[in-house]
Amino acid sequence: MQKISHLSQLEAEAIYIIREVAAECENPVMLYSIGKDSSVMLHLAMKAFYPEKPPFPFMHIDTTWKFREMIEFRDKKVKELGVEMIVHTHAAGVEQGINPFDHGSAYTDIMKTQALKEGLDNHGFTAAFGGARRDEEKSRAKERIFSFRNSSHAWDPKNQRPEMWKLYNTRINKGESIRVFPISNWTEKDIWQYIKRENIDIVPLYFAKERPVVFRDGNIIMVDDDRIQLLPGEKVETKKVRFRTLGCYPLTGGCESGAETLDEIIEETLSAISSERTTRVIDHESAASMEKRKREGYF
Amino acid sequence: MSLLPAWKKENVRGISKVKGLLKFIACGSVDDGKSTLIGHMLYDAKLIFADQEKALALDSKVGSREGEVDYSLLLDGLMAEREQGITIDVAYRYFTTSNRSFIVADTPGHEQYTRNMAVGASFADLAIILIDATQGVLAQTKRHARICALMGIKHIVLAVNKMDLISYDKRRFEEINQEFLELTAGLGFKSVEAIPVSATEGDNITKPSLQTAWYNGLPLLPYLEHVDITTDAGEESFVMPVQRVCRPNHSFRGFQGQIESGSICIGDKITTLPNKEQAHINSIYIGDNAAETAVAGQPVTLQLDKEVDVSRGCVLSKGSSPEVADMFTATILWMDDSDLVAGRNYFIKIGSKMLPASVMNIKHKIDINTGKHISADRLFKNELASCDISVSEDMVFDKFSTHKSLGSLILIDRVTNMTSACGVIEHSLRRSSNVIWQETEITRESRSSQKGQKPLTLWFTGLSGSGKSTLANAVEKKLFSLGKHTMLLDGDNVRHGLNKNLGFKEVDRVENIRRIAEVSRLMNDAGIIVITSFISPFQNDRENAKQIIGDEYIEIYVNTSLEECERRDVKGLYEKARQGLIPNFTGISSPYEEPISPDIEINTSTCSVDEAVDVIIKVIQKRWK
Ligand SMILES: Nc1nc2c(ncn2[C@@H]2O[C@H](COP(=O)(O)OP(=O)(O)O)[C@@H](O)[C@H]2O)c(=O)[nH]1
Repeated sequence: MQKISHLSQLEAEAIYIIREVAAECENPVMLYSIGKDSSVMLHLAMKAFYPEKPPFPFMHIDTTWKFREMIEFRDKKVKELGVEMIVHTHAAGVEQGINPFDHGSAYTDIMKTQALKEGLDNHGFTAAFGGARRDEEKSRAKERIFSFRNSSHAWDPKNQRPEMWKLYNTRINKGESIRVFPISNWTEKDIWQYIKRENIDIVPLYFAKERPVVFRDGNIIMVDDDRIQLLPGEKVETKKVRFRTLGCYPLTGGCESGAETLDEIIEETLSAISSERTTRVIDHESAASMEKRKREGYF
Repeated sequence: MSLLPAWKKENVRGISKVKGLLKFIACGSVDDGKSTLIGHMLYDAKLIFADQEKALALDSKVGSREGEVDYSLLLDGLMAEREQGITIDVAYRYFTTSNRSFIVADTPGHEQYTRNMAVGASFADLAIILIDATQGVLAQTKRHARICALMGIKHIVLAVNKMDLISYDKRRFEEINQEFLELTAGLGFKSVEAIPVSATEGDNITKPSLQTAWYNGLPLLPYLEHVDITTDAGEESFVMPVQRVCRPNHSFRGFQGQIESGSICIGDKITTLPNKEQAHINSIYIGDNAAETAVAGQPVTLQLDKEVDVSRGCVLSKGSSPEVADMFTATILWMDDSDLVAGRNYFIKIGSKMLPASVMNIKHKIDINTGKHISADRLFKNELASCDISVSEDMVFDKFSTHKSLGSLILIDRVTNMTSACGVIEHSLRRSSNVIWQETEITRESRSSQKGQKPLTLWFTGLSGSGKSTLANAVEKKLFSLGKHTMLLDGDNVRHGLNKNLGFKEVDRVENIRRIAEVSRLMNDAGIIVITSFISPFQNDRENAKQIIGDEYIEIYVNTSLEECERRDVKGLYEKARQGLIPNFTGISSPYEEPISPDIEINTSTCSVDEAVDVIIKVIQKRWK
């Protein structure tokens, strides 16, 4: 029997899942965060239905604090691929001036978690694809590929449906919804190798370049616009940095690096001694915090 | 200069480009040391990231068992589990060595978590079964082996752990190995490799141990890197369940799915199932790449040379003939908190096809520890049984032993949508092809048009004393006066005749409703409007009735509060029930599940009988248009 490679196996699994959802769920959407995992998901969705376009829209939850290069990249991709992109922002949060500097965890809750729930509810989406991977942190390691949420989007880790073979159960009652994670079984290394193999376009922020930054609480924060409030003693410096994950620029720590090409990134990643989520500022909390947030509806 | 990462070295040297994935499961009970074993393997092989290591040391201080580094903390993720110090769900871990990529499913071993173990096993190609050397082979060992076998695992590693506690005793190790081989002889494993290990000390985890000089096999990790798990022949013929039909424009029609076995080339002749049409392959896409040929495991889009009647759930095949039938025998594992009752309706999913199905009868339970057969009429969570299953129409399937993907199934609860069971098909049942539906010349349509009406079943549901019978009678009178042909089926009356052999146990209740629904359907076939008046308190039973009766079913919920029914107590039943004289009385000692979306809801405390009849007649008239 001819065997296919490990990456092709992961790709096939993801495409299978994406097709199942498209065929069985009433109103699916693919969440798009512009990061490398989302770029892989978008690529998989284009492949899964070829020569058809993906039969569902994409949705980006825009906190208004994303890196500018991310937004440019998103708009370029949409034009290039001709997919439908819904951009949703929590309007009330913007009005109240909720921002990452003054509001800490409330910011994450309102501009990300609440915004996501609102976006999903507004369009009545019954299934939402997400790019989470089980290797990211411990509570994700136990989440199923199909994760069921009640009408207030809460997750009950004790009451997960058993997931057998490839027989996914997509049935839900009114008001309930599903989060689907087709790349659950991919590791960070798989993502990078796949990006290389498939020649997938990613946001330039992943590549090292001279950028204006400040050092804050042990993190390197990029000065992406003048909304950043400098603290006493802080000064803007120019450093060669790149980002391993992308999110809201004030909450995303960069790392000093010389990796300017995909090969160099892969090499750096593979020999990395620190797992990727440590560069996301909000994650320096207790191990149980992620699970708590997820029960409340965080993706 | 940095060291070249392993995968790159491999590419440079041009060694096997195809680095397969090994998915395995680790099974053992709470204190067998399973999490420690996997944790230690990752730790020793330097497969964990530095900051995870930091977190591990930190967590260790909080929940430490002995004050040492607790490797199991690498795996125990959920809060509840940490509090209880046991692994409840399935956790997946990922690691890569220079020889292979691995995914480990870590699952709990208690009998009450059998279903979690089954989830992990359904995903794995190999199982590590842990044995505590101080305890030897236990009932749970056989249970773990049985579940692995049931879910299709062919390769076993028997990790005899805690060798340090028995002074690395070779004789004891061999006894355990021998005992295990005897116990599992009938389970059809292709390879069983016993390895003496100590998860806490690190013996034979990644490196050979000096303590077990007598052992000349490979340590655990090197064994996992080299074990050959390719499935052999038997799954060589081409099979692809159709996931969806791709129609971007009028000129393109392709069938999308994943090839489950075998391979396909342009020009090959395939057969469609269940319709058994033949066609040739015109074009193949693997993802978005046009190809000449495609193999098992690849996601493809196939175009055929002619129009065929194929939609989602159909199967394309070449060189093999899966079964097409509507009845089969399967071994199922019950996973739901509510029990399986023979006769109840579920959804079944096999491949990409989902249909209504019912478990006709439980042939026997299988003791999960000993394998003994036990007779039973219901099945509880984590129990195993052999059952006959009937499906609402012909379905494509195969024996699990011949074709894993066409022989595995899940049952889904129609109300809660829970995945209630998983199972594997043993063989098809031929009754389906012997009892042939006799086509009659006078059709249902001709019978009803002669009567000048459209048949319907008005299904009244509500508490005892809610006024179902009163309303049902009034509606029938009204229809009668309009010149319609009707029949009223009332709870008590039916129990005097047709259903007099049925009691009030759950199995009887399911059968009671099934018979009433079948009778209603026959009468609908005869062109008659049927009115039924039964408490029918369970959503599941009503779903069942709806399934049998079809589009003619109209659910009417007579919504009268329990207080009001009890105040009326026309038949004096509530008082008796309150005194404990009627067991399982609905509303008192047994629940009434309110209909979720009834076609009509009548509130008898705010509307008169005449008003209610008007409402119902209006809905009926709308249906007639
Ligand atoms: N023991 C027992 N008997 C029941 C139960 N449900 C119904 N019955 C019997 O079945 C009959 C059903 O009549 P029903 O439809 O109550 O009342 P209606 O609402 O007035 O039409 C009752 O008179 C009871 O004798 C039950 O849950 N347990």
